[in-house]
Amino acid sequence: MSDLTTAAATRERSALPGLRFLLGPLPRYVLRRLSQAFLVMLLVVVGSFVLVKMAPGDLVDVLAGNADMTADQMAALRARYGLDQPIWLQLLRYMYSLATLDFGYSPLNAAPVLDIILARWPVTALLVASSVLISMTVGTVLGVVAARNAGNPLDLSISLLMLLFYATPTFIIAIGFILVFSVFLGMMPIAGFSTVGADYTGLRYVWDVVTHLTMPVLALCTFFIAIYGRIGRAAMLEVLTLDYVRTARAKGLSERRVIYVHALRNAMLPLVTMAGLQVSSLVGGAVLIETIFGLPGMGRTAFDAVFERDTNLLLGVVFISSLSVVVVNFVIDILYMALDPRVELA
Amino acid sequence: MTKPSIQLNRRSVIKGMTAGAAMPFVMWPSGRALGSSAKHGGTLTTVAWPGTTFMNSAITTSGPEAFLSPKIFDGLLGYDFGMQGKPALATSWNISEDGLRVTFNLRPNVKWHDGQPFTARDVAFTFMEVIKVHHGRGRTLFADLLDVETPDDLTAVFVLKRPAPAIMKALDGRESPILPSHLYAGTDIMENPHNIDPVGTGAFKFVSHERGVSVVLERNPDYWDGDLPYLDRIIVQYISDPSTRTAMLEAGQADVVFLNFLPALDTLRLAEKPEFAIDLKGYETSVSQQQMDFNLERPLLQDARVRQAIAHAVDRAWIVKNVWHGFGEPGATPLHHEQVSFYNTDGVPGYEFNPGKAEALLDEAGHPRGANGVRFELTIDPTPYGNESVIAAEYMREQMRQIGIDLKIRTQDYAVFIKRVWTDRDFDLSLYTAAMGADPTIGVQRFYWSKNFKPGVAFSNGSSYSNPKVDALLEASQVELDLATRQQQFHEFQKIAMTELPTLPIVSTTRATIAHRKVKDHTVDALGSLGNLAHCWLDENA
Repeated sequence: MSDLTTAAATRERSALPGLRFLLGPLPRYVLRRLSQAFLVMLLVVVGSFVLVKMAPGDLVDVLAGNADMTADQMAALRARYGLDQPIWLQLLRYMYSLATLDFGYSPLNAAPVLDIILARWPVTALLVASSVLISMTVGTVLGVVAARNAGNPLDLSISLLMLLFYATPTFIIAIGFILVFSVFLGMMPIAGFSTVGADYTGLRYVWDVVTHLTMPVLALCTFFIAIYGRIGRAAMLEVLTLDYVRTARAKGLSERRVIYVHALRNAMLPLVTMAGLQVSSLVGGAVLIETIFGLPGMGRTAFDAVFERDTNLLLGVVFISSLSVVVVNFVIDILYMALDPRVELA
Repeated sequence: MTKPSIQLNRRSVIKGMTAGAAMPFVMWPSGRALGSSAKHGGTLTTVAWPGTTFMNSAITTSGPEAFLSPKIFDGLLGYDFGMQGKPALATSWNISEDGLRVTFNLRPNVKWHDGQPFTARDVAFTFMEVIKVHHGRGRTLFADLLDVETPDDLTAVFVLKRPAPAIMKALDGRESPILPSHLYAGTDIMENPHNIDPVGTGAFKFVSHERGVSVVLERNPDYWDGDLPYLDRIIVQYISDPSTRTAMLEAGQADVVFLNFLPALDTLRLAEKPEFAIDLKGYETSVSQQQMDFNLERPLLQDARVRQAIAHAVDRAWIVKNVWHGFGEPGATPLHHEQVSFYNTDGVPGYEFNPGKAEALLDEAGHPRGANGVRFELTIDPTPYGNESVIAAEYMREQMRQIGIDLKIRTQDYAVFIKRVWTDRDFDLSLYTAAMGADPTIGVQRFYWSKNFKPGVAFSNGSSYSNPKVDALLEASQVELDLATRQQQFHEFQKIAMTELPTLPIVSTTRATIAHRKVKDHTVDALGSLGNLAHCWLDENA
């Protein structure tokens, strides 16, 4: 191909960049994904609403169980929260207010649902983001090292370690951490997101949060380190036999560059898939970890809301969590493209 | 301070606690630091669950508010051990001869946390507009309160339709906290922003609340009670997992745990360690009992012999020992053994554990064993709140099997349980925790009074028991001013109730405070941790 035609093509391409982009694959893809997401969210809202309403007993029963209440008081409360209306009407009302971004009010918290979620989402987000980053990094490195030493004692010991991580339930690890690092050694804070009443600011606050999240994040990581490690090892072993790796070696590239730039990039694909799954499973809440470490995250909020029949709060949490999962999946798809140009948006 | 010289193993701890319950001043001095003097300063951290909704207990009878409210708000009275009234916002009081007027002389120079003066108007407003209208127990308890007269700023006079002796036990900062009328009058009480941003007269001021996470209170430097309180701050952390709460206390990240918020076995384990002290006192205003309602609308259970047979087949002492790990006494009457003024077992049927007798009673009632050895089937619904209730039900299932009753356990979550038992009335036996109140009229009457058979109302008369004689006794005791006569009425009531047995008391539960040794004087009267903790201080040398 001559330089001339290339230049012409470049000129033509740059003529209407905006329009070209809009007609290109990405916007169309985004639009399609958005409409899919809308359907998913609709199903989530209707499904969870109906499920919650199908459970016998409502919010007022719970309130009455906690505080002595007369039948009149209970009826008045039901009227106040609209619980005396037929379910389909309650659903329509809920969807209408959701459309106006009004998540409603949580009587048991005496606060708007949005306020509660805004306070709790960052806790879960930080927990999930750090555990994905850490477990993916550590798992991948372990996987690569194991693959490079396949069959050696090092590979064997890494595999054993990962088997241990894989088989030990997270809550056992969490309780073990608390016993060792907090009760016996007195080093780590057990519960909460930060020190209550300390009013730290700046770096001191950051450090405070880091120390509070260290144990829960590490406890969440162990299982996933094992997963990433095993997937990473297998993927790496497969990739290392491919022709392009042999080519890279033949070019005289350093082994480090061959492994970490050429081979790893391809081996990353299944790992990224796994990251998407991990985020999805954690965003809805690491209920167990949040409960053990007294973290005010989304999972515990949803868990409590179920038992308190706090429909508005539960639906709000489910909605935001689902939304987060949809967004993360989208980002993962884009990441695929970046990692492997052969992957096309369809 | 020397420790009681008993060998501290698990059994003796329980024995010591039982003795402590009987002789409250001997075995377990409530961390009262004799010989050393209290010091100001420090932060007391405690853990609890669930988190609070509001900050005052005038509008709810829920647990978290009951703990916080008395720190921030005062009541008219406090109560010494044995529920003897003592001054708080009222410095003195007297009841008229006919019992229809109660005059309270109020403490002068008391200021709300916002600097406004406290007056009799606040008292009148709180009782007439808030407690009589919005408080679950207050609505019934103060039903006969016609008016609160305020002849001057420091006098409040209760005008009653009929004498109401029980209200004199319900005037503390937990049961009837006095709210500021200048912030509440003319507003929608339940929606008032000060329900979550409280302004009280109490020993501690509200600082912050992170929902479901923590509450921070700080010392009120202008508190009316001398140089009290001692603590600079109180921090309550809400932790849902009981084992985490234990770990926090053990790791020194919490100083004290009130109200049985630790698993019983952890409490016992920590009580054996030298750095912790256990205290069973200070729960007189909040005694509770695990009891079992027989649904008397079921023909099978209408026969008293069937109910008595079941009572004979349940080894309540075993349940106390093995399910409640010693934190309680076998239930003996509708009253709790700590309601010392009225609890009486003389001549009250005891239903000793005796399966043979139970079988004889069932034979006599015309329920012979069938071909498969089963006489009949019953269901039991235990409360899904904590796990003791469920374990007790599992134990009873085995006991019932031995006398030929096939007992089926149904488990559900709390909302379903409440609805099933008190609204749908779809149960045979229900097992639940009943809060007995500071006075039997407040807490016990509701389960036995026929006029309180109200389907749809949780913790009302669940058995649908109705006996005109019992109604008459309960109603008479509501207005009886003479203590001896009232005792007699309740004694008679206990005899009838235990004979007819619409409800079987299983365990009169007791509660424990477990504190690090440095926490002193957390329990100095009947209110204990449900008081204002103004006397509590930290001995950093302990």
